[in-house]
Amino acid sequence: MRTSLLKGSLWVTAAAVLTFANVSSAQNTEYQEQQWMGMQSHVGKLTGHAGDAKGDYRRYCVGCHGELGDGNGENFPWLDPKPRDFTLGVFKCRSTPTGTLPTDEDLFNTIARGLVTSNMPQWNTFTSQQRADLVAFVKHFSARFQTEKPGEPIQIPPEPPVTPERVKAGQEVYNRVQCWKCHGVEGRGNGPSASTLTDDQSRPIAPYNFHDEIRFKCGTTDQDLYKIFMTGLDGTPMPSWSDNIKPDEAWDLVFYLRSLQPMKSKEKEFAKQLGLKPVNPNAPAAQPPAAEPTPTPTPPPPPAPPGSQP
Amino acid sequence: MKVQSRYKFLAVLAAVVLMSFAILSSGPSVSAAGEGKITGTVKLSGTAPHMKGIDMSKDPYCSKAHESNPAKMENVVVGAGGGLANVALYLSDGLSGSAPNAIPATEPEFTQKGCMYSPHVMVVDVNQKFKVTTQDQTTHNIHPLPSPGSGNIGWNKSQPPGAPPIETTWGHPEVAVTVKCNIHPWMHGWHVVVQGPYAVTDDSGNYTINNVPPGNYTVSAWQEEYGTQTAKVTVAAGKPGTADFTFKAK
Repeated sequence: MRTSLLKGSLWVTAAAVLTFANVSSAQNTEYQEQQWMGMQSHVGKLTGHAGDAKGDYRRYCVGCHGELGDGNGENFPWLDPKPRDFTLGVFKCRSTPTGTLPTDEDLFNTIARGLVTSNMPQWNTFTSQQRADLVAFVKHFSARFQTEKPGEPIQIPPEPPVTPERVKAGQEVYNRVQCWKCHGVEGRGNGPSASTLTDDQSRPIAPYNFHDEIRFKCGTTDQDLYKIFMTGLDGTPMPSWSDNIKPDEAWDLVFYLRSLQPMKSKEKEFAKQLGLKPVNPNAPAAQPPAAEPTPTPTPPPPPAPPGSQP
Repeated sequence: MKVQSRYKFLAVLAAVVLMSFAILSSGPSVSAAGEGKITGTVKLSGTAPHMKGIDMSKDPYCSKAHESNPAKMENVVVGAGGGLANVALYLSDGLSGSAPNAIPATEPEFTQKGCMYSPHVMVVDVNQKFKVTTQDQTTHNIHPLPSPGSGNIGWNKSQPPGAPPIETTWGHPEVAVTVKCNIHPWMHGWHVVVQGPYAVTDDSGNYTINNVPPGNYTVSAWQEEYGTQTAKVTVAAGKPGTADFTFKAK
């Protein structure tokens, strides 16, 4: 008798707590609904409506990105990298210059693609309409999308054919602009600055290891790779290089980076034919580093052929 | 022939008219703004905190640049007589409507030298152009991080050796935007974005805010460790205002 009474009162308390929690969260969403639920997205012929994504967001996204879109979902403590805080309106994967908003299509692609080396999976089970609606929903969290337009997507010239010369020229770009500072001489993500890198929230973050992955953070194509270093990954230490790498050189760099990846490719074959070895810029201490990348592939230590181990 | 010379005459006339317009329109605004100034000294009382040395061994270029003169943190830089350097001074109240629009024509430079920022604190007017340059033979990334609510938007650009200057502006007042280089984690500087005339203290803690029209103002002094102090100042025609500040060492 007594236990049933206790049980009953527990149920009542639980119900009260639940109701209260619901009310308070409903208030927050209500506020935003009034303000911003009219947010739309435009991807190709599709128009996404934030209001139509409420159900999907609550079901699939809220666990990490949180009710308020601030990345503070219940899974937050266990995730690394941390879920994106949508309220800031700062996104890694963009076709637009650093410091500008991504296009709706950029966000649309990110949702389908997921983010490699993070807990963000590929959401390719959604229909295109669901994704377009979610893009609008993601946008509605940030005031930036109320007041700013997306940046102008960068121009990507047509991809030239891969040649051994281009792969080699790409390595020279890699050395000249000193990608190795973070990504390492061999592109293994172990450069001298790698261990102290932090994101915009001062949380530790690791540079990409080209030998580890087939997919890149923002896609799998050569164009995606081109965009990553020319626009930068906002919110992370990765800057935009568009002021210092010319479009033609950028393709060279794309081809060189491809040669570091674990899978078979034309680029990798060319690098092998050329006997391309990583050049350690700090080894010839007499010369100022990287003033003129010497074409001699003679020097330094770690002689591991790029990509020999996954 | 005759027609040609007439065109020439017209062209010269047009040039003269345009030039006189330019002179007339730029002349008065400079003299009006240049009427008054506010001067003073900012000091630190108490024992100046110890500034830690910086270990730059991660990048041989950087450590070599400081071989004979070891680098130290610059959060609190105290000069002769307790003068506090790198304090930003600006008019937080009292400017009339038109004054904030006179953006100075100078273009401040924020440079990377020996893997440090120079100046450590740069003040600019809202929408005043400034440039970021590098003198180093090592790659930097310039990564300003404005606060989310400020209206200013952060960006992140690279500057390898020999990179061209980055020219840009800040669109909203913000005291202050922190600037860092992810490649060299010790590098830390500030962009102080204000509306209207401003100054930064020199190594002895002295400052002069020029181009202050006569009137009553609140002068704010901002120091990165000690925060902001304010003082009321009156500037009369031909009589500069003065405001001295003393920050207490923690």
